[in-house]
Amino acid sequence: MATWTPDPSFYPSPRMAMQAPPERLAYVAMLNVESAARPDALGVVDVDPNSSRYGQLLARVDMPNTGDELHHFGWNACSSALCPYAPHPHVERRYLIVPGLRSSRIHILDIKPDPASPKIVKVIEPQEVAARANYSRPHTLHCGPEGIYVSALGNGEGNGGGPGGVFLMDHETFDVLGQWEIDRGPQFLAYDVWWHLGQDTMVTSEWGTPDMIENGLDPDLLLGAKYGHRVHFWDLRKRRHQQTIDLGPEYQLALELRPAHDPTKTHGFMNAVVNLTDLSSSIWLWHREGDRWAMRKIIDIPAEPADPDQLPPLLKGFKAVPPLVTDIDLSLDDRWLYVACWGTGEMRRYDVADPFQPKLTSSVRLGGIVARAGHPGADGALNGGPQMVEVSRDGRRVYFTNSLYRTWDEQFYPEGIKSWMVKLDAAPDGSLAIDERFFLRFDDGFRGHQVRLEGGDASSDSYCYP
Amino acid sequence: MALGLQEGRRGAVLSALPPIALGHALSVLIVVLGFGVTQFFVAPKLLAPGLAAILIGFGAYRLMRDPRHRVRAGMRAGFAELTLWSFLMATAHGAGLMILPLLLGMLTPASMLALSLCGPGAEMTGTVAALGTALAGAMVVLVHMAAMLAVVAVVALLVFSTVGLGILRRGWVNFDRLWAGTLIGGGLAVLLIR
Repeated sequence: MATWTPDPSFYPSPRMAMQAPPERLAYVAMLNVESAARPDALGVVDVDPNSSRYGQLLARVDMPNTGDELHHFGWNACSSALCPYAPHPHVERRYLIVPGLRSSRIHILDIKPDPASPKIVKVIEPQEVAARANYSRPHTLHCGPEGIYVSALGNGEGNGGGPGGVFLMDHETFDVLGQWEIDRGPQFLAYDVWWHLGQDTMVTSEWGTPDMIENGLDPDLLLGAKYGHRVHFWDLRKRRHQQTIDLGPEYQLALELRPAHDPTKTHGFMNAVVNLTDLSSSIWLWHREGDRWAMRKIIDIPAEPADPDQLPPLLKGFKAVPPLVTDIDLSLDDRWLYVACWGTGEMRRYDVADPFQPKLTSSVRLGGIVARAGHPGADGALNGGPQMVEVSRDGRRVYFTNSLYRTWDEQFYPEGIKSWMVKLDAAPDGSLAIDERFFLRFDDGFRGHQVRLEGGDASSDSYCYP
Repeated sequence: MALGLQEGRRGAVLSALPPIALGHALSVLIVVLGFGVTQFFVAPKLLAPGLAAILIGFGAYRLMRDPRHRVRAGMRAGFAELTLWSFLMATAHGAGLMILPLLLGMLTPASMLALSLCGPGAEMTGTVAALGTALAGAMVVLVHMAAMLAVVAVVALLVFSTVGLGILRRGWVNFDRLWAGTLIGGGLAVLLIR
């Protein structure tokens, strides 16, 4: 039901959203790997430092089926509802849309009666997604001005193939409205989707089709440079493909897209997970050049030499541990870029005030394939590494978990990831400090993946006003 | 206002106004023309209750129906797109309907005015009545457009230069409901004032 005044968590501009009160709750996707009979869950974490249960799991909402592989999720509506060309200021940020990446089932959870105890109110079966949008494996979703945009890795024909793409859902009824693309041009692989609302431009990136990823990272495909290495730019209004930028086939796995939040800015950041020539990871900047988009590599993070005895079978021959940058996040003021190195176990913070000249200002080591760096609030060595990272709206707190994707977890951490969630304090001077009081250990075979913060965070909302 | 902020200049706010006013006026004009034609085929005593029923019905429909949202527009809108957007918005919200009570009240005076314009000795014929309706219609559309333009300009410039974006967070009340209520109120007024 529509409200009388706008949802108080909607902000016209990123500048105003930074004044928002600190989050008290975090939601985290929890993958269960212990038992085939046990479903995945959505967890609720207390992130209020004044609470007696700070850093603890308050609730766990089990999904109705097993084998979903919960991964990314998001809100039904957010600050983009204030956009002038399709204003819906009186819908509420009330529902979490939680897709199963493996099952293609989409869960709708209502957080309104009690934000600490979400309730599943609707489940959309994979057949509906396939029948209405001809897609499967819903991955990332964003609340747009006129509905929910969902990227999907596979087609709806059940053969594990492509093309992947984007489909739309209604932000109140949650009906799957259909395929977004009118003309996809040369685009075939899908992964992330986001946009520059001020430029009417959508951007998509490339991972692989379901049959390329679901049984693990395929070394033959990787060395054959078959995984995604291109970025696509689209006309958001006409739903047409406009431009492809190829990073070069050696830059495999072009994943997370983080456009500037200020709608008058025309740049953004993307990570390429592995460079086939030296196992390095790289960060790329897209920007305007005349009336076209252009991309350039702005950061290289090298692999670190390692004793083969300490490496999993997949990496022994390389005698090095790759950084495996698998997630990045940009603060709301477009000033700080956080880079999660899942392989080496490092969280890096860059000053990107000048996006062409990033400066590494701080770094924290936790976990890692070789390093196994520990946490002051936990006993012993940690495995897994910084992965899904989320930044609070005011830019002061950084949360992350350590699991990537079930079958890929087993290849890089074959002993089995013991999952955790941590929080860092990010001061305005560019430093990073581990919060000793915040170390959440997931038990019962659960692994944490994406984190979403109460009222919105640095990767949940987009804005139409500067 | 959004275009002004996007481009960082007040001129963008001002240059967005003419197409918005034009689109709105076109939408209103269509409803007024429809009314002008209708009044020749409907018994005069049925006009007011009929209009009241339409206003109340449309207002109630807008209150009850599920919200819809399939707008194909964007942030980089030019003159034609802004006109079309404004036209669609005004039409979907029933802006023209709101003019009709006023027009209804002006029919008789306008016909008399038309009669006098035709010179002494002219008789009240169908042509003269049509002329009157056209006069009233044109006047209503123009006055309405000027008023709307002024209000939109003042509000947009105020928010752009003085009030700031914060107003969008708390002051953006649910105009959909307010508007539906106004339509119903207009319908009731037609019934009562008659």
